[in-house]
Amino acid sequence: MKITLGTVTHPGGSRVNKTGSWRTASKPRFNHQACVACDVCALVCPEGCIFGTGQNTYYANEDYCKGCGICAEVCPVHDIEMIPEAGEDG
Amino acid sequence: MVKGRMLQGARAMAEMCALCRPKVISAYPITPQTLIVEELSQIVADGDLEAEFINVEGEHSAASVVLGAAAVGVRVFTCSSSQGLLLMSEVIFNIAGMRLPVVMICVNRSVSAPLNIWNDQQDSIIMRDSGWIQLYAENNQETCDLLLQAHKIAEDHRVMLPAMVCCDGYVLPHAYEIVDLPSQAEVDAFLPSYDPIYKLDIDNPTTMGAFADPEKYMETRYMIQETMKKSLSVIEEVARDFGSSFGRSSYGLFEKYRVDDASTVVVALGSMAGTIKDVVDELRDQGEKVGILRLICYRPFPKEALYEALSAAENIVIMEKDISLGGSGAVATDMRAVFYGREACPRISGFILGLGGRDITVDDIKTTISKAQHQVADADFVGLKEDLELEGING
Repeated sequence: MKITLGTVTHPGGSRVNKTGSWRTASKPRFNHQACVACDVCALVCPEGCIFGTGQNTYYANEDYCKGCGICAEVCPVHDIEMIPEAGEDG
Repeated sequence: MVKGRMLQGARAMAEMCALCRPKVISAYPITPQTLIVEELSQIVADGDLEAEFINVEGEHSAASVVLGAAAVGVRVFTCSSSQGLLLMSEVIFNIAGMRLPVVMICVNRSVSAPLNIWNDQQDSIIMRDSGWIQLYAENNQETCDLLLQAHKIAEDHRVMLPAMVCCDGYVLPHAYEIVDLPSQAEVDAFLPSYDPIYKLDIDNPTTMGAFADPEKYMETRYMIQETMKKSLSVIEEVARDFGSSFGRSSYGLFEKYRVDDASTVVVALGSMAGTIKDVVDELRDQGEKVGILRLICYRPFPKEALYEALSAAENIVIMEKDISLGGSGAVATDMRAVFYGREACPRISGFILGLGGRDITVDDIKTTISKAQHQVADADFVGLKEDLELEGING
């Protein structure tokens, strides 16, 4: 990645600059067991990086997810869990 | 016949600014810079310069306006002093970080409190860490000459950093001197129109100075630091070009006056060098080997060139109109660092003079030089009133 004079950036910079690297402790795991496709997780995600098209299809794009845990907190059927960044064994 | 016209300094600076054809000027009046802004506003209102003069409610806005205009890709100018420059400071750092070649004149004035509108160089010295090139002028002719050069240096694609031309408040802009201003054709031949590397453009959208996390910010500081070092040669190159274009020498990084065989060399910035040169002449007549190195380029600090120029001296006597309170004078601190650990190790003394418009007399300079030949001074105040009782100090 090139740093330009004055850190001038062009549109689409976020595609290159994957801010998911800021995540430190944990990330969401979508269990895909009890999802009712209420879409609340996608709605509250401050990064807008949760997507899904029906029951048990939701996922977070880890290139941009910051691991804030709001999705897991609001899920009405407790189908999202925060797991250690390194994976469940980490 | 003397070439030039008898002009008030502020008028000369405003005319020189106009000759550089800035497209946007924004400034807020503050003593002792006001005259320059008034003259410029008149020049624009009279239609003698095709530029937008944007009136603002304060210096933070003035600096922000020229930042924005420079980002759009035009040459800009602003001008401030003291509290005004301090109010600009957030934007001053942003301008450098965004690598916008803004040029400004700082009319040097002390900083409050107590309120004092007279000259010292504390205001611009505070900005030394901002990433701006700083050039200090001795007289009105040089202020104008440096203003023209500042645009060329700042806009050079090897540099792309803002530049501040500093002149001593009242001593210069309020004084009438003969100033030889070049013709428009001569300026146009010397200073090509500004060619930005990046600009804000609706057809090719960009974001400037947006955000850099800990993985990238440090590189941006490194880039400016390395560019500062490289810009030393550009400053010298532009000074040489200026000399060959206008037939009047420009000194580049510093001016050496009777330095080459001197055992004691005074180092000073700005207008006080004029008085010091007179003292040097007088002491030379008495057989003393004294000279003065007048520093023009304070940022970037020309470390190697200063080492070369001063390594034969026994005493370096720094006289400056600023103080890092609780530390030492800024120039003295930098100068000591030049010689630390090197082969040449002259005695380096620092003296603080002329704060808040206190006169710097011939006697002050002589006493200071004499003192520095016998002992090392850290940051000794020269010219204090001995009859004043100072609460907590001697009363």
